Amino acid sequence: MSRVRLLVGTRKGAFILTSDGARKIWKVDGPHFAGWEIYHMKGSPTELDRLYASQTTDWFGQIIQRSDDGGKTWYQPGSPGGAPTVSPDGMPVGESNKFVYDTSSGTGKPLTTHMWYDGTQHPWEFKRVWHLEPSLADPDTLYAGVEDAALFRSVDGGRSWQELAGLRGHRTGPDWAPGAGGLCLHTILLDPTDAGRMYVAISAAGTFRSDDSGMTWQSITKGLHSLYIPDPTAEVGHCVHRIAMHPSRPNVLFMQKHWDVARSDDAGESWYEISGNLPSDFGFPIEVHSHEPETVFVVPIKSDAEHYPPEGKLRVYRSRSGGHEWEALTKGLPQKDCYINVVRDATSVDSLDPCGVYFGTTGGQVYASADGGDSWTAIVRDFPAVLSVEAQTLP
Amino acid sequence: MIRVVLPSHLRRLARLDYEVVLEVEGRVTQRSVLDALEACYPMLRGTIRDHVMHQRRPMVRFFACGEDWSLKSPDAALPDEVAAGIEPFLIVGAMAGG
Repeated sequence: MSRVRLLVGTRKGAFILTSDGARKIWKVDGPHFAGWEIYHMKGSPTELDRLYASQTTDWFGQIIQRSDDGGKTWYQPGSPGGAPTVSPDGMPVGESNKFVYDTSSGTGKPLTTHMWYDGTQHPWEFKRVWHLEPSLADPDTLYAGVEDAALFRSVDGGRSWQELAGLRGHRTGPDWAPGAGGLCLHTILLDPTDAGRMYVAISAAGTFRSDDSGMTWQSITKGLHSLYIPDPTAEVGHCVHRIAMHPSRPNVLFMQKHWDVARSDDAGESWYEISGNLPSDFGFPIEVHSHEPETVFVVPIKSDAEHYPPEGKLRVYRSRSGGHEWEALTKGLPQKDCYINVVRDATSVDSLDPCGVYFGTTGGQVYASADGGDSWTAIVRDFPAVLSVEAQTLP
Repeated sequence: MIRVVLPSHLRRLARLDYEVVLEVEGRVTQRSVLDALEACYPMLRGTIRDHVMHQRRPMVRFFACGEDWSLKSPDAALPDEVAAGIEPFLIVGAMAGG
């Protein structure tokens, strides 16, 4: 019988929740890395027990952790305890937390600054890894989306990282500016039908697509409309909160923006709004059902200033028509006095049938639905604020 | 023999108890102590000072013999008591935020 493993990153450590296919009884393991912020954890789709975690604090910086046994044990892949610190020829060994922007004369030299809050130019400064995206084909290859916004790749299982500087080298790079949460690259989508195609989203720059494995990029924001920027239809400046795709239709993308829920049917070439009857089209996460490409989930919150559900009622909204028409899912969720938020990487789906849907909250709850969102149960209620949830379906 | 006390986050990362004991060759300075620490515990690289310029991270502080050494030259000699292992070199997470 299949099992489900949830990788939950929180403000104060990582947790691993496991259940059988019924998804009624859950075992809680953790905290791992207690006291550290775990922005994201994700497993390789080709080697399910290979997990990667982004561990960080403002005090001590960035750490990358790796597990080869499904989260039972962890290590820093670039610097395991007791391992030699230099190679036989005297060079420092790879260090898994060394994220250095490309400043080479060939690819990185001109990439010196981006827009700052006051309109001046500001040097790029690495702060943390927001998102880790393992390759769909190779467990040793993974991508890291970082703040200040850039994309890094490791091809040695997280031991060392190299920037794909073509993204920052996009002609609009100097115009990218941080949102309230920083200038972060938070979403990485890999096209399962085209090994060269990938998408990223950046707050508050927009979204970009590469068709050559990350070497060059084009902005894909046509059709987006953002009233909070000087030119609402500008090429960059849109605060994209998350994008999602169904693997069977990688040209169809769904977007939760700062305001607006949007959709593209042509690989991001153009977007149109699908907010429809949502009570608010502000929110952070957006997720696609694992078996129904036209079924989409969002968790609206009241506004940019009030990051909690409208009317204090926690409602997941589901559209079965690819947008425009949304239904509130409330069974099992608090319908009064609820003032939590669900951040951008804190939703996920499993691939069982019926589809399991999961989300974590800033109030420390992790909710699960084993029936595609019709009803919900809190697996845990008292975790630290949840930053990320990733579901793995295990044999 | 040099004694180094790490904050709890870094002790957990390096799987250490309260205090680290290091051998430091030559002059005992912030730089030589941190070089020795990172050589023994490479998982701490980048957590106390940055990888490239080896500058102290903003919210990390150094103390020795009741004195704040954070803003002193990394090549200044640490107190004799630290060099002799009588007093520890303290690496502290700054009190900032909750």
